[in-house]
Amino acid sequence: MKTSEPIVRFVGVEKSYDGITRVVDDLDLDIERGEFLTLLGPSGSGKTTTLMMLAGFEAPTGGQILLEGKSLSHMPPHQRNIGMVFQNYALFPHMSVAENIGFPLSVRAVAAADLAARVERALDMVQLAGFGDRRPAQLSGGQQQRVAVARALVFEPKLILMDEPLGALDKQLREQMQLELRRLHQRLAVTMVYVTHDQSEALTMSDRIAVFHRGRIQQLDTPKQMYEYPRSAFVARFIGENNRLEGSTESTADGRCTIRIRNSETRIEGTLVEPVQDGGAVTVSLRPERVQIHVAGHTIGARRGCSLAGTLREIVYLGDHVRARVALDGSEDFTVKRPISEAHAIPDVGAAVEMQWQPEHCRVFAQEN
Amino acid sequence: MLTGAAAAGHAALASVDDDAITLRRALRKSRRREQWRAAALVLPLFVFLAACFVVPIGAMLARGVIDTDVARILPTVTAALKSWNGSGLPAESAYQALIADIRAARGAGTLASAATRLNYDEPGFRTLLFATGRQLPDELTAPARETLIGIDPKWGERDTWAAMRRAGGPVTDFYLLAALDLQRDADNSITGAPPEQRVFRDVLGRTLWISAMVTLICLLLGYPVAYVIAAQPPGRAGVLLFLVLLPFWTSLLVRTVAWVVLLQKEGVLNSLFMSLGLVHEPLKMIYNRFAVYVAMVHVLLPFMVLPLYSVMRGIPPSYVRAASSLGAKPFTAFRRVFVPQTLAGIGAGCLMVFIQALGYYITPALVGGAEDQMISYFIAFYASRTVNWGMAAALSIMLLTATLLLYAVYNRMVGVDRMRLG
Ligand SMILES: Nc1ncnc2c1ncn2[C@@H]1O[C@H](COP(=O)(O)OP(=O)(O)OP(=O)(O)O)[C@@H](O)[C@H]1O
Ligand SMILES: [Mg+2]
Repeated sequence: MKTSEPIVRFVGVEKSYDGITRVVDDLDLDIERGEFLTLLGPSGSGKTTTLMMLAGFEAPTGGQILLEGKSLSHMPPHQRNIGMVFQNYALFPHMSVAENIGFPLSVRAVAAADLAARVERALDMVQLAGFGDRRPAQLSGGQQQRVAVARALVFEPKLILMDEPLGALDKQLREQMQLELRRLHQRLAVTMVYVTHDQSEALTMSDRIAVFHRGRIQQLDTPKQMYEYPRSAFVARFIGENNRLEGSTESTADGRCTIRIRNSETRIEGTLVEPVQDGGAVTVSLRPERVQIHVAGHTIGARRGCSLAGTLREIVYLGDHVRARVALDGSEDFTVKRPISEAHAIPDVGAAVEMQWQPEHCRVFAQEN
Repeated sequence: MLTGAAAAGHAALASVDDDAITLRRALRKSRRREQWRAAALVLPLFVFLAACFVVPIGAMLARGVIDTDVARILPTVTAALKSWNGSGLPAESAYQALIADIRAARGAGTLASAATRLNYDEPGFRTLLFATGRQLPDELTAPARETLIGIDPKWGERDTWAAMRRAGGPVTDFYLLAALDLQRDADNSITGAPPEQRVFRDVLGRTLWISAMVTLICLLLGYPVAYVIAAQPPGRAGVLLFLVLLPFWTSLLVRTVAWVVLLQKEGVLNSLFMSLGLVHEPLKMIYNRFAVYVAMVHVLLPFMVLPLYSVMRGIPPSYVRAASSLGAKPFTAFRRVFVPQTLAGIGAGCLMVFIQALGYYITPALVGGAEDQMISYFIAFYASRTVNWGMAAALSIMLLTATLLLYAVYNRMVGVDRMRLG
């Protein structure tokens, strides 16, 4: 995928609406040809703004955006040839489904017969053959979504932008559409840039994810890397579930460190992700599914500094897995997640327990300010 | 021959049908209950409207077709003329009846009402009746017909009697026909009014034309205004909308008179143009069609802007953005995506402006010339100046019919349920 030059390059792009705060700040981002890139971030982090600058509806206040090597600074939206799917779909209510999909072709003066054939093909592609004569209002949410996708694809743009296209759908339909979009992407080999604030959506669909926070990209990585090796406390917190422990470092060596947990005498060991001064405040992140749980005194082969003691407070059965809530002294409750096949090994509620993990799964970040 | 399975299948089908019918009936029943409940809620308003709106206006409009004056005041001759076949002159008995009726009416002092009504149809009838009344001898010495023709030869003309018969009521199409420049001749067939009396077709045409032009100008001026306001952030849009509505704070009369001040010969505009040396003699800007358009557009513009604004406000910017991301040039996106979505607003605005313009009275009366008066001017003229209620009502019926026709056309084309007024 890295062979050709990127289809889009953001070079030092900045955007401010009010002249005071930068909604997008010094953004450098290369979008590779053919990839499915997701912009993920909390509300207000600048995802939509980034997308709008790329589509041409907002002008950057600094930096440059290049599309296939050409600067977009003075190119109006209608010349960019970028397909876009809006959050509310923006299907034209006064046109039929077929007219909606035919719109980008008719403004390009495609001959009537060709246009009809291409609309037919696009309808087929999103499994809506036979719906051409309906009005958008006569379609379900999922169907409208597909029409919007078909309309953005029908003129064969090289780049398609989607701003939370599944936000209005219920969970089941969402998951189905995620798979369909993914399939379409693989089949058509277009570049897709997808905005969402749903991390599980980002993880299932993307080739790469860019996590936005306060107008900056915190990390740009594949889903697996992003999940397993978050590079900041923010990313660790934002993606996946986390047990967070506050503390301060006591000693560091070889990327390892010893941490004293706040308000307690307990010390644990962890893997340093960011450079931290000795004695600096840190956040420790432990994924619930990476932690094992035993009755106190029954742990086998735990490494020093890789365990914590507490009291089991609650067990929640969730079908495919079990969650245990453990009270630690001096810290917030700790969650442990075990597959259902190990559920029988979990101690009873009220028992004194010990939790243990592998040292590489205990990741230590500088504390967020 | 049916096999057992097929027969069972048929039975099953039939029972499905039965089921569907029962279901449909239940649905209709539950709907009806809802409808009754809704009807009960609007009942008070309905009664109010009926008492304060339908009844008085209905009574007023009825005067356009009810015609009882002559039958009331000259009853026997009216009855006698019912048997007249319209050819030749009426029978002697009709003449006798007329003499008796005129005597009775003179005694009761009611002859004037009947004379007025007959005079509408046949100019000179009033004089004829009163002169005849005065000259009637106390004792008839000759047959009634000879006596009357002796007093005025007009009593020997068929037209005179035909006019009298036409006025016999109890209903008449006389006023309605007159409002369309039509009349009935002695043979009771419809003909055009004499050319010098034809005015109302012109007036009606002019009324429609002025209203259409005002509507068009309002649309051309109002559309961009509404567009700009709708594109503002809510706070500023509120201020701008307030400015649009500001004229409503002063009375219509004041606003119209203000135009007189501005446009008249020694008015503000002419003084300005003269002092700037743009013109050497005052422009004629008032008491003509120009002034009517200017003043009416000024007054009616808010009624165009409001519904347009309300519709435009509801169109999210993402539609036009979507259009341009799909490759439409700004104007194409505007024309093919934005404008069609404002059709309901255009329809509502045009309907409101046009219908109001149709009934305009004060503004053309104050700033227009003789050739710019609209139908309401004539309604007012007949109602208050000459107290010809029949004619006033007939013209009102014309106006109302035009309005309703228009409404029906709009409903057919756009659908009133889609109308958004603001
Ligand atoms: N047109 C605008 N004018 C002024 N400020 C804006 C405008 N659009 C966005 N902002 C501000 O810019 C910031 C980023 O907005 P943006 O829409 O890019 O966020 P987002 O990441 O898409 O969030 P969400 O997930 O809620 O859609 C927000 O603080 C928002 O208030
Ligand atoms: Mg957004």
